Amino acid sequence: MKFAVIITLKKDVLDPQGKVIEQTLQNMGINSLKNLRQGKYIEIELNESDEKKAKSAIENMCKKLLVNLIIEQYKIIKI
Amino acid sequence: MNSSVIVFPGSNCDRDIATALTKLQFKNKMVWHKDNELPKSDLIVIPGGFSYGDYLRSGAIAAKSNILNEVIKAANSGCLILGICNGFQILIETGLLKGALLRNKDLKFISKDVYLKVTNNNNKFCKNYKKNNIIRLNIAHNEGNYFTQKDHLKELEDKELIPFKYCNKNGLINDSTNPNGSINNIAGILNNGKNILGMMPHPERMIDNLISNTDGIGLFTSILN
Amino acid sequence: MKITKEIIDFHGLKSEEYSKIKLLLNREPNILELGIFSAMWNEHCSYKSSKVHLKKLPIKNKNVIQGPGENAGVIDIGDDDAVVFKIESHNHPSFIEPYQGAATGVGGILRDVFTMGARPIALLNSIHFGDPKNKKTKNLLNGVVSGIGGYGNCIGIPTVAGETKFNSTYNENILVNAMAVGLADKKRIFYSKAKGINKPVVYVGSKTGRDGIHGASMASAEFDENSEDKKPTVQVGDPFTEKLLMEACLELMKKDSIISIQDMGAAGLTSSSVEMAFKGNLGIELDLDKVPCREDNMSPYEMMLSESQERMLIILEDGKENEASEIFKKWDLDFVIIGKTTNSKNLSLKFKNEIVATIPINALSSNAPLYDRKWTKKKFKSKKVKFKDLKKISFDEAFFKIISSPNQSNKKWVTEQYDQMVMGDTIERSGTDAAIIKIHNKDKAIAVTVDSSANYCKSFPLNGGKQIVCESWRNLISVGAKPIAITNCLNFGNPENPEIMGEFAENILGIKEACEFLDYPVVSGNVSFYNGTNNNNIYPTPVIGGVGLIKNLNKIQNHRFKKTGSNIVVVGKTFGHLDQSVFINQIHNLHDGMPPDVNLLNEKNNGEMVFKLINTGIINSVHDVSTGGIILALAEMSISSQIGIKINKPKKLTNIFEYFFGEDQSRYIIEVDKKNYSKLESLFKENNIYFDNIGTTQNEYFELDNDLKINVKELYELNNKWYNQFNGLNN
Repeated sequence: MKFAVIITLKKDVLDPQGKVIEQTLQNMGINSLKNLRQGKYIEIELNESDEKKAKSAIENMCKKLLVNLIIEQYKIIKI
Repeated sequence: MNSSVIVFPGSNCDRDIATALTKLQFKNKMVWHKDNELPKSDLIVIPGGFSYGDYLRSGAIAAKSNILNEVIKAANSGCLILGICNGFQILIETGLLKGALLRNKDLKFISKDVYLKVTNNNNKFCKNYKKNNIIRLNIAHNEGNYFTQKDHLKELEDKELIPFKYCNKNGLINDSTNPNGSINNIAGILNNGKNILGMMPHPERMIDNLISNTDGIGLFTSILN
Repeated sequence: MKITKEIIDFHGLKSEEYSKIKLLLNREPNILELGIFSAMWNEHCSYKSSKVHLKKLPIKNKNVIQGPGENAGVIDIGDDDAVVFKIESHNHPSFIEPYQGAATGVGGILRDVFTMGARPIALLNSIHFGDPKNKKTKNLLNGVVSGIGGYGNCIGIPTVAGETKFNSTYNENILVNAMAVGLADKKRIFYSKAKGINKPVVYVGSKTGRDGIHGASMASAEFDENSEDKKPTVQVGDPFTEKLLMEACLELMKKDSIISIQDMGAAGLTSSSVEMAFKGNLGIELDLDKVPCREDNMSPYEMMLSESQERMLIILEDGKENEASEIFKKWDLDFVIIGKTTNSKNLSLKFKNEIVATIPINALSSNAPLYDRKWTKKKFKSKKVKFKDLKKISFDEAFFKIISSPNQSNKKWVTEQYDQMVMGDTIERSGTDAAIIKIHNKDKAIAVTVDSSANYCKSFPLNGGKQIVCESWRNLISVGAKPIAITNCLNFGNPENPEIMGEFAENILGIKEACEFLDYPVVSGNVSFYNGTNNNNIYPTPVIGGVGLIKNLNKIQNHRFKKTGSNIVVVGKTFGHLDQSVFINQIHNLHDGMPPDVNLLNEKNNGEMVFKLINTGIINSVHDVSTGGIILALAEMSISSQIGIKINKPKKLTNIFEYFFGEDQSRYIIEVDKKNYSKLESLFKENNIYFDNIGTTQNEYFELDNDLKINVKELYELNNKWYNQFNGLNN
């Protein structure tokens, strides 16, 4: 079973990288750009057929290592 | 000889390289990234630093600036281009040099003096060094782990496009003398026309015995001659 | 919204402090005003517990241009050059989020320095962690080190010196102190004092977000139900924006546009605006609708208390707005006029066309509470270690243990993560007694060092205070610099505890005494109280940052042995004081007893002698003797040069442990050519300086009679192996 974990900075936390990417795209003439935030994407494959168990294993990985819960938030998506 | 140093927001070795160029008798001008015109130059330097904070990918955003179009034009007409550290990363992002600079193998910023062997001196940047000279320069980077495809690597080796490789003080080149995991211990590469040099070590930090040593001077005097 | 006792408590205000607020306002404050008071009256901004003691410190000598009370201290180094420097703590944020906490600590101290018109030329740090075996230590250590490097490397200022220490006292409260040193034109120093009425107040730099608003989570929970979005957030450092802000400010400072400038540090917009108005004896009016915000719907409370980084407040001369705004536009930074100076002597805040707060400036600053807290003198456990009672250990075994221990092992693994060479003027980097930075394009340099001795300060705060000042002074002397002034970061526990307050009071007295004697005044600093948890306070850890001047670049020195066959001489008398030494603490796990005595007269005489020797050029290398004693100092000289030694025990010696591990003060080791030895000897005798000639340098082996023999390459390995073990161990 395969999952994607998307990690971004929490909404109110300053995202310096996102800010610079956004400014650069705007300077390149992309006027419709309203807001941009960047983050990390991780793909994880598990030897586990029970989706519930798999998700909770991934959840555990996020909390223990993948995510810095003080400044980051995450989303788990089955793929 | 006229030189230009391109300054991006976040460049931080611009003053150092300007100091070195002036000391070694270049007539140097600083060029702001928003400028659309380059002063007449025999040498263009893209200095080290953290252009745009190294955000997105090191060098990626600087590579999209106005002035880079002019640098590319100058490069294509044979002007000498030197990219040091972040400057090397920018040259890679513009496509003027091939390959990629990945994160250091141990995932840490490395700042220290390293030994380099001048593996090829048959080019305008290194002719004042002797082949197989061992010099000591400073490195300071997060992403200096050079990587390229097999056929390009062969081309680099065959056509003498690798002027510097990491080694120890006796000239030994292997994994134990490789600070960042760079393929074949590569510290710098040239383009096919040999007028563009990208390198991770900082020659401009090695021009004064009081501060460090003078091993970097050879590179600048080579260009002058 | 009604101000309840709960809200007052949450803002860290005591009930008598709240009564004082009502008295000063002649009414109840609203929540915004309460937040502003709490920010200005907290320990960090008001120095309410420390002020009465800090006043005792000497703050002047002929080189001091600006002492404490500004963003940073300023000293004169001749030729119209001034050096601007300060040290500051970022302990609590670094414990919560080590990378960002340390990074923003570096960013904050850099702003303090460039705000005054100086271009930063060096960064230093003093970082203290818990026991390496503590589970949290590795993460905190790696996070803090990458945070310091991440910020300094990116902005392009070399991190040239520092100390990394471990002690279980910091298990639940690490220390992260960062120091910045800058260079300015003596005639163009910028201050925070506002002048003139109706002058534009300008906000520049990053936008304001909900970063680090301490009282906000609770207060905003009352404001609306969507409280999840309004949780206070950890400050994230953006070194790239800081670099732009620095370049923009320094560019603007070349013109005559700035009346006053202040960085938005702790308590952001509140403290910066109040500070400027207070110093100028003026009022200030801000229109909060104009404050550049990163998030939607930010309240005045959040804007005033936000600790978002990389922001400045500037008061401009009339008519200079366009010129200034062009510069900030060039660097892609916000530039907004958000208010003006007034003659009301009030802080007056407008939001959505309403006045939302009016507070007399004096109420926030000069009328802030001031406490002369109760303190008790240190009670001593005067038990002196009796050598014959110690468990037996061979000399070489003890030495090998110490040289490869976390505290005494080589810190290359830390310093190699910091760019030490950028700016091209670093003559001596980390690992020396003091780093040396050349003044750009001139034939002079400054030397810088940071030092602390928590063990000494814990066991005898008064002597500990003297000792760290002396150690700082000695480190500068050792590289050939004339010590000029210091900055101090005073990290202590809870000041409401009389014993802790006693540690503070006595420590300050020690610092004062040494600073006065050595003419080495304090020009800036920072106090960090409440380090610790519940009743578990950290050891008192004052950190001293010292700056010295080198007038002649040919007269500098370092601790690397230069050749074999030279004589090795210990300058200063060795009594063999073992209590509180590394040998006793680490090998015997004993922590009672007094630290070595500090004799200021000897310190000064020996130091001046060594300074003279460096200037006459007859010695080859110098190293100060500090923790670990003579043998550790010798080992460091050998390891850095890969030159060995052959030492003979001095004849009158009774105990080699005491002689070589003893930590008596005021001592140096020097290397001198055989041919110069007799000249040296007569110089010492003429000047009444005590010295021991203990041996010679040699090839290959580090050797002490029959008690110790090791190849210098192995010694190097031993000194470097700890970190890899540590990193593997906890993986």
